[in-house]
Amino acid sequence: MSSGIREIFQIITKMFNQVSSPVVGPAITTRNFASDVRKITLIPGDGIGPEISAAVQKIFQAANVPIEWETVDVTPVRYPDGKFGIPPAAVASVNRNKVGLKGPLMTPIGKGHRSLNLQLRKEFNLYANVRPCRSLEGYKTLYDNVDVVTIRENTEGEYSGIEHEIVDGVVQSIKLITEEASLRVAEYAFQYAKDNNRKKVTAVHKANIMRMSDGLFLRCCRETAEKFPEIQFEEKYLDTVCLNMVQNPHKYDCLVMPNLYGDILSDMCAGLVGGLGLTPSGNMGLNGALFESVHGTAPDIAGKDLANPTALLLSAVMMLRHLKLNSHADKIQAACFSVIKEAKYLTGDLGGKAKCSEYTNEICQRVA
Amino acid sequence: MSFLARNLGRTLVQVSARGLQTSAVNQNAILSDEFLKGLSKPESRTTCTLIPGDGVGPELMYSLQEVFKAANCPVDFETFFFSEVNPTMSARLEDVTASIKKNKVCLKGILATPDFSRTGELQTLNMKLRTDLDLYANVVHVRSLPGVKSRHHDIDCVIIREQTEGEYSALEHESIPGVVECLKIITAKKSARIAKFAFDYATKNQRKKVTCVHKANIMKLGDGLFLKSCEEISKLYPRIKFEKMIVDNTTMQLVSNPNQFDVMVTPNLYGSIVDNIACGLVGGAGVVAGASYSAETCVFEPGARHTFSEAVGKNLANPTAMLLCGAKMLRHVNLQPYSDMITSAINKVLNEGRFRTKDLGGQSTTTDFTYAVIDHLK
Repeated sequence: MSSGIREIFQIITKMFNQVSSPVVGPAITTRNFASDVRKITLIPGDGIGPEISAAVQKIFQAANVPIEWETVDVTPVRYPDGKFGIPPAAVASVNRNKVGLKGPLMTPIGKGHRSLNLQLRKEFNLYANVRPCRSLEGYKTLYDNVDVVTIRENTEGEYSGIEHEIVDGVVQSIKLITEEASLRVAEYAFQYAKDNNRKKVTAVHKANIMRMSDGLFLRCCRETAEKFPEIQFEEKYLDTVCLNMVQNPHKYDCLVMPNLYGDILSDMCAGLVGGLGLTPSGNMGLNGALFESVHGTAPDIAGKDLANPTALLLSAVMMLRHLKLNSHADKIQAACFSVIKEAKYLTGDLGGKAKCSEYTNEICQRVA
Repeated sequence: MSFLARNLGRTLVQVSARGLQTSAVNQNAILSDEFLKGLSKPESRTTCTLIPGDGVGPELMYSLQEVFKAANCPVDFETFFFSEVNPTMSARLEDVTASIKKNKVCLKGILATPDFSRTGELQTLNMKLRTDLDLYANVVHVRSLPGVKSRHHDIDCVIIREQTEGEYSALEHESIPGVVECLKIITAKKSARIAKFAFDYATKNQRKKVTCVHKANIMKLGDGLFLKSCEEISKLYPRIKFEKMIVDNTTMQLVSNPNQFDVMVTPNLYGSIVDNIACGLVGGAGVVAGASYSAETCVFEPGARHTFSEAVGKNLANPTAMLLCGAKMLRHVNLQPYSDMITSAINKVLNEGRFRTKDLGGQSTTTDFTYAVIDHLK
């Protein structure tokens, strides 16, 4: 009798899976999960995305991380307004799980496509972008001992997208700074510094030129700084930070700044430690957090088992810290760093000859 | 007729052969003297407006004046104390601009810009000076210097920055409490003007490539217009390669592979960022000179704008940038020999490495360095 019930249940499950699979993607793994297993949305992305996502999944499995992946497909679908965008099922998945990991996405060029990254950012109100840049031992660049975290306001500022041509040949772009968003990102920056044992937060601004807008941002940072007396606070002009960053990068610890400055400085810091292939990135939002690798899709090496999964792996490590799975995070990070330090299994972009799978296996062995 | 003339000539020669000889020598001497005067040593002296600036500016200007005096440069200075942080002592803007307009050349230290103004004004004094004189093009030639230790070598790029509009337009307002709008203005006219300046500069200085730095993927209209203007101008200069690069990528490329850049043309804010990064790559704010041009006048100031106010009165600052500004100014007013003399003296001192200021890892003072340069003048 009970076996009959089980059979019926299995049939129902199968039916349900068939119905839902075109929507949520084929890779849903139904498992009896305990309450402490977290479900995470995984967006493998385009180009090298699927390979490096698989590598991360493999490493996580080897490390026994209590996480269940829910892979979603984000191939753009047509919206009622005729534009293409992320399928609603993918959005629903991130909304349900609150945490996601994302590989590189390619926005098709041409009219009628909205930037998938932008849509995700809007959907989850991703207000802060965090990028820790750290020199990796074993991969030598011209800059040693870089250890900087850039925290960037991600919803307004120069990228508000409000622009108009007043008369022919005269364009005004509006940079929007609000107290709400500035306080929010400042608060996050100080909280991040506190949680991650950082000593100092530097507000990067240009309030000597943009006295009202950057002035407001600066004021919000000052206000927030008073709530965190244990964290040192300083204010620096954007140009000073640019100048000092290439001379003495260790002068800075955590940087908090408006959108454009953050965009520029985070890429510059990535350049200091060896490029976007090594720097993780996390986006904090009101409706969830999304961790991603910010490098491109590298279509030329896609599918050849040559890609470097480090950026996505380190992003996943950031995600584990966000989920308070610190011991797992430390273990995986240490394994990754030690493999890079030994320099035996480096991928092509770091000057090695190893395949992505060899590099992955080596890390797997160390976390097991 | 010709016979008569020849005869007359011969008689004259016969009569005063000796006298003619001497006068010819004299004439030669006069000629060569005049020749020299016209080229490099004019009797008339050049007058140059001098704005010491804030922070270490006055110390650096003192050093510059010492070197000019020692080199016997035929330049007189009209000095104005001009400052936003010290408004009571500052000269009036009109007087300063009038002087610069009259002299056409100016040497300027860096003016400090406070975060707020007592009168609630949004425009800084620097911006006012630039708009009044229409100093639209800022040119910073960043070069690796001999004897200065840095991570990258053989950097040689020129950053040309539009500096009268863009983010520095000082148009801001608080729509409702807690929401501030700041306008960034980009116009087709000024974009085309700076693009033309950049390509002209590239042509004149035998440069091969102009890179337009922008963020048109996000600011589609504003930076889009700037990019479009540059593209249009580039078509008029088929022998110079044109390239475009997004600003965040530019900064990343600058720190990892700066040798790929030649001439860069940027809107206002990006220019400031690129200037500072590039200066950082070759040894910091103390070693790079810059110049701002309008159609009429030219203001020479250090390439990275920092007042270095923490070193005021300590005799620590590196005068190299300011001395190089002076050398550039001399070249601009056609006093090439003096300019070369000062530049080669600076290079010798840097190369020897006996006198290094603190920013270059030495212990020498501003005065030590200045006198070392003076010792190498010849």
